[in-house]
Amino acid sequence: MSRVPLPEVPNRLPDVESERRLNEIRRTAAQSGMVTAKGVTPVGAPFPQASPETGYYGVPLLKEPQWTKEVPLYFFVGGAAGAAAVIASAAHLFTQDDDLVHSARWVAAAGGILSPALLTLDLGRPSRFLNMLRVFKLQSPMSVGAWTLTAFSSFSAAAAFANAIRQKLDSTPVYVLENIAGALATATGLVMASYTGVLIGATTIPVWNNNIETLPPHFAASGMNSAVSILELLGHENSRSLNLLGMAAAGYESLEGLMLETKRTRINEPLRKGKSGWIVRLGGVLSGPLPLALRIAYAITGNKKLRRAASWSSIAGSLLTRFGWVQAGHASAKDHRIPLELPESVPKVGMSSHELADMHMKMA
Amino acid sequence: MSTTAFLTDSTLCIGCKACEVACKEWNQISEDGYEWSGHSYDNTQAVGHSTWRHVKFVENPVEIGLGGNSGEQLPAWGFSSDVCKHCEVAGCLEACPTGAIVRMEFGAVFVQPDVCNGCSYCVVSCPFGVVQKNEEDGRAFKCTFCSDRQKAGLAPACAKACPTESIKFGNLEELRLEAQLRVKELEARGIHDAVVYDPLDTSVKGIHALFLLRGDPRSYNLPPHPEVPTTYMKKGWTSAAIAAGVMLGATLLAFLGERR
Repeated sequence: MSRVPLPEVPNRLPDVESERRLNEIRRTAAQSGMVTAKGVTPVGAPFPQASPETGYYGVPLLKEPQWTKEVPLYFFVGGAAGAAAVIASAAHLFTQDDDLVHSARWVAAAGGILSPALLTLDLGRPSRFLNMLRVFKLQSPMSVGAWTLTAFSSFSAAAAFANAIRQKLDSTPVYVLENIAGALATATGLVMASYTGVLIGATTIPVWNNNIETLPPHFAASGMNSAVSILELLGHENSRSLNLLGMAAAGYESLEGLMLETKRTRINEPLRKGKSGWIVRLGGVLSGPLPLALRIAYAITGNKKLRRAASWSSIAGSLLTRFGWVQAGHASAKDHRIPLELPESVPKVGMSSHELADMHMKMA
Repeated sequence: MSTTAFLTDSTLCIGCKACEVACKEWNQISEDGYEWSGHSYDNTQAVGHSTWRHVKFVENPVEIGLGGNSGEQLPAWGFSSDVCKHCEVAGCLEACPTGAIVRMEFGAVFVQPDVCNGCSYCVVSCPFGVVQKNEEDGRAFKCTFCSDRQKAGLAPACAKACPTESIKFGNLEELRLEAQLRVKELEARGIHDAVVYDPLDTSVKGIHALFLLRGDPRSYNLPPHPEVPTTYMKKGWTSAAIAAGVMLGATLLAFLGERR
């Protein structure tokens, strides 16, 4: 369990150099009774003011998200596992490719086991996950998600288990069981792939709630993109359907990236600027246009290396996308100007002590 | 028991921070650092997991004859003691997946520390940035509205300790009326910029901690339109349902093409 250290707020007391200067000024004052020279400039000066145009000294109004790195990782794992469950059922329904069904069921089940583990790491103690199963609240996306994940883990594990038995012993009850569990895993998997968009969208963080309509399909496409790619890297490189699905997902991600680049609102700034902007952008390129081009090139030339590159690129892109969006939420929460509806025309003066703390953290 | 509330009258506040101290003492909250922010005399900066009452210091332009500060260069101070708003429709309460956050009989929004699992979803659901997870403890904390004291018929520690009765505690409707009367009284004395911060017309549907301030509430980090994040949910779930449908359809279609 990693303990996150609280950010140190730097002292705005004068440093050694300014202390020396202050002594000089005091001496001059004692000798001549008057000081005409300039005084000492404290760290971060000029200080921001508290006013209707600047807010309260630039202190963020909203609190930053306090999730650990395991949460965006869970968005990735849960999304890929959910999409894998959908692929498993579709492949089982329409193809004779039993190997693909087997792999997809196992990817879904592995994700279903890994996901609660990741969330438990975020909560710090295993029993804390169970606290979420004492109530069911439709008005809380987190509660809906916890129950969906619990159901998905069980169904996907049951489907994978039944599939494993069926490979050894082909009996009708096992076949029926696999189908029922598979169908239920598909239904919950669809929620798994898309609900995380609602989860972060239904919050007070401006960059998240402003994009709540596009986040669920964005995350669903991202999940499908990575599920397809994981299955391809597991050896299903000849499936034409997987390549088609990968193209569709990468195509949607390209459109999403285009939308983010053209919708240049002030609220969307963290998606374009700063550290979070670059993560989102890199994630977008790696999961959108790049794999799309590689997959089309593969379809034309049949060069498997191109397809493998597309798979790796999609997985990296999907992972970066999740981290980028969470990072953008941090940047958005720090911007006090949006929830306070401050006029855009008033320039920012000085640095709040929070911004100073950030600067010190970067320098350290 | 009737619905209780705070009315924090900043025109009476002298910035002594007795409320902060009384709160920390009664609720046994840990210290929160020893820093020099440079933001007037406010080194606490915001409410958080270890600060449930927080006095804000706003430096206003000189106004001779008002506020007792007649110096030509010294700014006129405005103080306001911030606290959890105990919203009528509370974002944290709606978002809590464990049911740890509950509504008390007198209207308080209370985090049960033995149920909270530290998922920190309430942190991103509060439109006022009040509730915060204590990273060392692993659970979320905020003002309890001194629920323990209220159950015993006592006033919250901060209101009890306030030496100028700037923090008033009582029945919500009575305090709403009192706030309006106070604004009129100030107006009669020539103070025309006093306002009551009570966002009744937003999705928060009112708060249990009213503020009487001079000037724009934004100077005090109070949002003009606080919104409960559940208002975004309808759009989100609709879009998620469409996304799930399209995803299922596309996957079935992709594999349907392979059947020959």
